[in-house]
Amino acid sequence: MTTTGVPAKIRVEDVSFAYSNAEALHGVSLDVYPNEVTVLFGPARSGKTTLLRLLNRLTDLLEGTRRTGHIYLDGQDIFAPDIDVTELRRRVGMVFAMPIPLPMSIRANITYGLQLKGIRDRALLEARVEGALRAAALWDEVKDRLDAPASALSGGQQQRLCIARILALEPEVILLDNPTSGLDPISTSKVEASLHELKQRYTIVAVPHSVQQAARIADRAAFMLGGEVIEVGTARDIFTRPREPRTRDYVEGRFG
Amino acid sequence: MSREMKQKLAFALLTVAAVVVVVPVLLVAGYIIWRGAGAISLEFLLSAPRSGLKEGGIFPAAVGTVILTLGTAIVALPLGVAAAIYLSEYARDDLLTRLIRMAIINLAGIPSVVYGLFGLGLFVLFLRCGTSILAGSLTLGLLTLPVVISTAEEAIRSVPQSFRVVSVSLGGTKWQTIRHLVLPNALPGIITGVILGLERAAGETAPILFTVAAVYLPRLPRSIFDQTMALPYHLFVISTQVPGMPVTFQFGTALVLLAFVLSLNAAATIIRSHFRRRRSW
Repeated sequence: MTTTGVPAKIRVEDVSFAYSNAEALHGVSLDVYPNEVTVLFGPARSGKTTLLRLLNRLTDLLEGTRRTGHIYLDGQDIFAPDIDVTELRRRVGMVFAMPIPLPMSIRANITYGLQLKGIRDRALLEARVEGALRAAALWDEVKDRLDAPASALSGGQQQRLCIARILALEPEVILLDNPTSGLDPISTSKVEASLHELKQRYTIVAVPHSVQQAARIADRAAFMLGGEVIEVGTARDIFTRPREPRTRDYVEGRFG
Repeated sequence: MSREMKQKLAFALLTVAAVVVVVPVLLVAGYIIWRGAGAISLEFLLSAPRSGLKEGGIFPAAVGTVILTLGTAIVALPLGVAAAIYLSEYARDDLLTRLIRMAIINLAGIPSVVYGLFGLGLFVLFLRCGTSILAGSLTLGLLTLPVVISTAEEAIRSVPQSFRVVSVSLGGTKWQTIRHLVLPNALPGIITGVILGLERAAGETAPILFTVAAVYLPRLPRSIFDQTMALPYHLFVISTQVPGMPVTFQFGTALVLLAFVLSLNAAATIIRSHFRRRRSW
C-alpha cells in the first residue's frame, strides 16, 4: 500500500483537545489518505473516539471544551469560521458504536438526511434509497419492507442501515466508531467485508473493536495511548514490525 | 412481632392507602350520577335556560365551556410548547433560566381567583378586551401554562439524546433536528400534558368569573369579544344564587361538566397508549 505522491485527504496538525473536566488529546498529528482504511487503535480512554468525533466536529455539541491545532479536509481548515458545519458533516459521515436507527421506517432513515439537505424530488430520493442500501449490502434483505420500522431489523442489519444512510448523502469520508461492537461474528464479517468495497470510493477512518479487527481491516494504522499518537504507519509495518516498543507490546497483547 | 407479620402488616396498610384514594373518586362520581342522571334529557342538553334559570337546559353554558377550552388551548399550546423547547433545547443553566423556572413554579402555585383578578386588570380593563371570550381564554391560558410547559419539557427531554446526535451527524441543524425529529417524537407527551392542563381550565370558576362568564345569556356567543355562559360558573350560580332551584338541575349540570372533563382525560389516555404502541424505543 503505497501512497507516495497522493495528497492527504485529512491532515490533523498538532491537535490538543480537552473536555470540560479532562484532557483527551495531546498534540496529535495524523494524515489520512483517500481510498484507504485508516484505523485508530489503542486501549480504552486513549482518545480514539474523541479524535474521530473531531473530524466532523460532533464535539461541537458539548459545552466547555477546549481545542488547539488544526484539522484540514482537502486542505481546508474545518474549524475556519466560514465553514458550513452541516455541509462538513455530510461530507464526513459518522457511524456510531451502537446502531441507532431513527424511530421511523427503513426508507425514512435513509431519506432523513437528504430531506434536511432540501432534496424533495421523489424519484431522486427513491434512487438514493436503493443505491445506498445496495452499497451497504442490505438491499436484498429489506427491499420488500422499506416502510417497516427500522427498529424491527436485527442488530447487524441496523448497523448496515446506519452505514447506508451515510452513503445516501454521498460523503467523501466515512468515520466508524467501533461499528461492530454489538454485533455477532457473522454480522461483523459482513460489515468488515463491506469496508473493502467502500474504500474503493470513500476514505475510511475506523476505530476497531480489537487489535485483530484492526489488523484485518486496516491499510494504515495509528496506535494511540493516553491521548497521543504513538506510532503511525502502514498496517503491515504496525502489525508485524512496529518501531515503538509500546506499540509492539499492545499489538502482541501484553497490555490493554 | 415477627418479620413476616410486619411484612404482612405493611402490605395491608399500603393496600388500604391505595384503596382509600380510589374510594372518594368513585363516591363523587357515583353520587353525582345517582342524583344528576335524572335531569339529563335532550331538552336539558340542547336548550337554553328559562324562567330565571329554573327551567330549560344548559346548552349555552356547555357550548361556552367547549369554546373556552379551545380558546385556552390556542393560547397555552403554542406559548407553552415554545417555552418548553427553549428551556429543554436552548437554555443554558444561567441566572435567566433559573428565574424563568422559578417563575413557572410560582405561576403554578398562584390561586386561581388571583388569575381571575389579574385577567380582569390586564386583559379586560387595561388591554380593553372587555368581559369576553378573548379575555377569559387568555386568563385560562395563563393558568394552564405551567402544566403545559413542564409536561412538554418532560416529553421533549425523554426523546433520547442519541437521536439528536445522529440527526446532527447527518447534516441536520439544531432547529431541523428539533422540528423533524424531537417534536414529532415528543408530540404524544405534549398532547397529554396539554389535555391535562385543559381539564383543569375547563373546570375553573374563579378565573372566568370576572373575565368572561355571564349569569344568563341564552343565545350562543357571536364573536370572541362576546361574553358566554360556562358550566362551572353556571353550576355556581344555580347552586348558590337562585332560591328554589331544582336540585336535579344542579347535579345534572355537575354531571355534564364531569363527563366533559373525564372524556378529555380518556382522550389523553387513548392518545398516549396509541403512540406508545407505535413507539419503537
